[in-house]
Amino acid sequence: MEEILQLLSGDARLTPHQLAERVGRPVAEVQEIIVKLEKEKVIRRYKTVIDWERLGIEHVFGFIEVRCSPQRGVGFDAVAERIMEFPEVHSLYLMSGAYDFLVVVQGKTMRDIAYFVAEKLAPLDNVVSTATHFVLKRYKVDGDLMMERAEVKRLPVTP
Amino acid sequence: MEQTRSRVARKVEELPPSGIRRFFELVEKMPEVISLGIGEPDFVTPWRVREAGIYSLERGHTHYTPNRGIRELLRELSLYLERRFGVSYDPDAELMITVGGSEAIDVALRSVLEPGDGVLIPQPCFVAYLPCAVLAGGRAIVVATSVQHDFQVQVEDLAKACDDGARVLLISYPNNPTGGIMPREGMEALMRFAAESDLLVISDEVYAELTYDGEHASAASVPGGRERTILVGGFSKAWAMTGWRLGFAAGPADILGAMVKVHSYAVMCSPTTAQEAAVEALRACDEDVAQMHREYNQRRRVIVNRLNAMGLSCFEPKGAFYAFPCIGSTGLTSEEFAQRLLQEEQVAVVPGTAFGECGEGFVRCSYATSMPLIEEAMARMASFVKQISG
Repeated sequence: MEEILQLLSGDARLTPHQLAERVGRPVAEVQEIIVKLEKEKVIRRYKTVIDWERLGIEHVFGFIEVRCSPQRGVGFDAVAERIMEFPEVHSLYLMSGAYDFLVVVQGKTMRDIAYFVAEKLAPLDNVVSTATHFVLKRYKVDGDLMMERAEVKRLPVTP
Repeated sequence: MEQTRSRVARKVEELPPSGIRRFFELVEKMPEVISLGIGEPDFVTPWRVREAGIYSLERGHTHYTPNRGIRELLRELSLYLERRFGVSYDPDAELMITVGGSEAIDVALRSVLEPGDGVLIPQPCFVAYLPCAVLAGGRAIVVATSVQHDFQVQVEDLAKACDDGARVLLISYPNNPTGGIMPREGMEALMRFAAESDLLVISDEVYAELTYDGEHASAASVPGGRERTILVGGFSKAWAMTGWRLGFAAGPADILGAMVKVHSYAVMCSPTTAQEAAVEALRACDEDVAQMHREYNQRRRVIVNRLNAMGLSCFEPKGAFYAFPCIGSTGLTSEEFAQRLLQEEQVAVVPGTAFGECGEGFVRCSYATSMPLIEEAMARMASFVKQISG
C-alpha cells in the first residue's frame, strides 16, 4: 500500500495497470486499494506540479510570521480557522519558537500581499503582530527542484 | 634487427577481446540509441555521500591513506558486514579497502594462485573473472550453468570439472549477467563441496544489497564458509558509486595480509576522497539504498513481465539489475539478435555470449535505466520480436 502511494505521489497519472505491474500485485487488488484510500481521505486529491514562471506567469509568495494571543478553550485553532479561509493563504502552520503562525501567502504582486496583511490579517482579533518576508527565488518546492540540471552521461555499454 | 618475440606478453595477447568492448564500439556511433547495456546504476551517488567527498577535499585530505584503508571506514565496514551479512571481521586484520570490487578479485587471485592452479569459474559471469585468473598465472576451468537451475551452479557440475590442480572457486551471487541468486541451502552445498575439494572460495557479492527475494546468503555466513572465503564487495552498485572506484575484501587474516601486500605494491591505497565519502555511505544511507532498491524492483517486475509477454521467456532474476531472457524462439544467435535489434530498433542489449559461451541463446537487459526508457525499449523490442517471428 505504501509503495502504491509513493508511486502515485511521484506520478498521479499512473494507471492501476501500471501500478499493478510495478508492485507485482493483481490489477483488481490495486484498484480496490486505491478506492479504499480515496474513501478514507488518505489520498486527498491528485494534483499537478506546474512551473508557472516558464509561461511568464509570475506569482509572488510571502512568508508571514504572525504572533497572536490564544483564546480560552480553543487555543490557536479559532484564529487559524479564520486565517486559512482566505483564498490568498497557500499554507498555514502553527509553529514553535518566536512566533505562532507561519502563513504562506500567494499573490500576483507584492502589493496584493501587502494589502492582504494590512487589511485582512493584521486587524484580526488576537493577532498581535506580523512580519512579512517576500520570496526572491524558489529553488526547491515540495521536493521538486525548480531548475534543470545537465543530464548525467554514462558510457552506453559497460560490463 | 629482426624482432624475435612480440613486445606484448603472450598471455595477454592470447586473451580474447571483450565481447562487451566490440559491442560498445557499435553502440557508441549511434547517439539516439536506448541502452539496456549499461552495467552501472543510473542513479547518481546519494548527495550526502557526495557532500562528504567534497568536505574531505575541502579539509585538504589529499594524501595517501594506510594501505589497508582508513581506520574509520574499516570499522564501519566491519559493523556493516556484521549487520547485513551476519559475519564479523576484525577491521585491523581481516578487512581491506580496494579500488573497486574488481581490484579485490584481481589481488585475491594474485595472492593465492601458484602457476597452473585451477580456478573454477561458473559462467555466465562478469567478464573480468577469466582474464584475471589467467593473468594471475591460473588456469581457468569454466563450468556452465543453465536456466533450468536458475543459473545456480550445481555441485555435480563442479565435481565433474574439478581436477587435482583446482585451488579456487570463483562465484558471484547475485549474478551479473543473469540476475540469479544462490539461496542459503545452495550456498551451504557449495561450501561443503569446497571443503571436500579443499578449495578457497572467492565470492563476489557486490550485488548483495540488490536482492529482491528473501535475504542475501553470503558465502562467508554459511557453516565452514568464513575460514575459506574471500568475500568481495563494493560501493558501486548499492550506493551508486561506480566512478569512485571503491570496493573491499574480507577474509582470513593470513590471506588478507597477503592481499594487502600485493595491493600496497600495485596501487598503494584506494582513493582517499572515496574512502572518506564511503564512511558516510555506510553510516547514513540505508534509506537511500532502500529507495533505489524499491525502484529497481519495480523496474524488474515491468521488464520481466514485458519480456515474457513478447514471447522471450525470461526466468525471474532475483538479484542485481539485469534480466537475461532467452531469445531462442527467434531463431537468431545472441550476437545476431543484439546487432539487429540495435540496427533496426536502436535498442542496445548485450549478447549473452559476452559472459561466456553458455550465454548463447540469451541477451542481457540492464534495468538500471529510467522506467520511461525501459517501457519504450520494451515496446521497440516487442515490435522487433514480432517482426522476426511473424
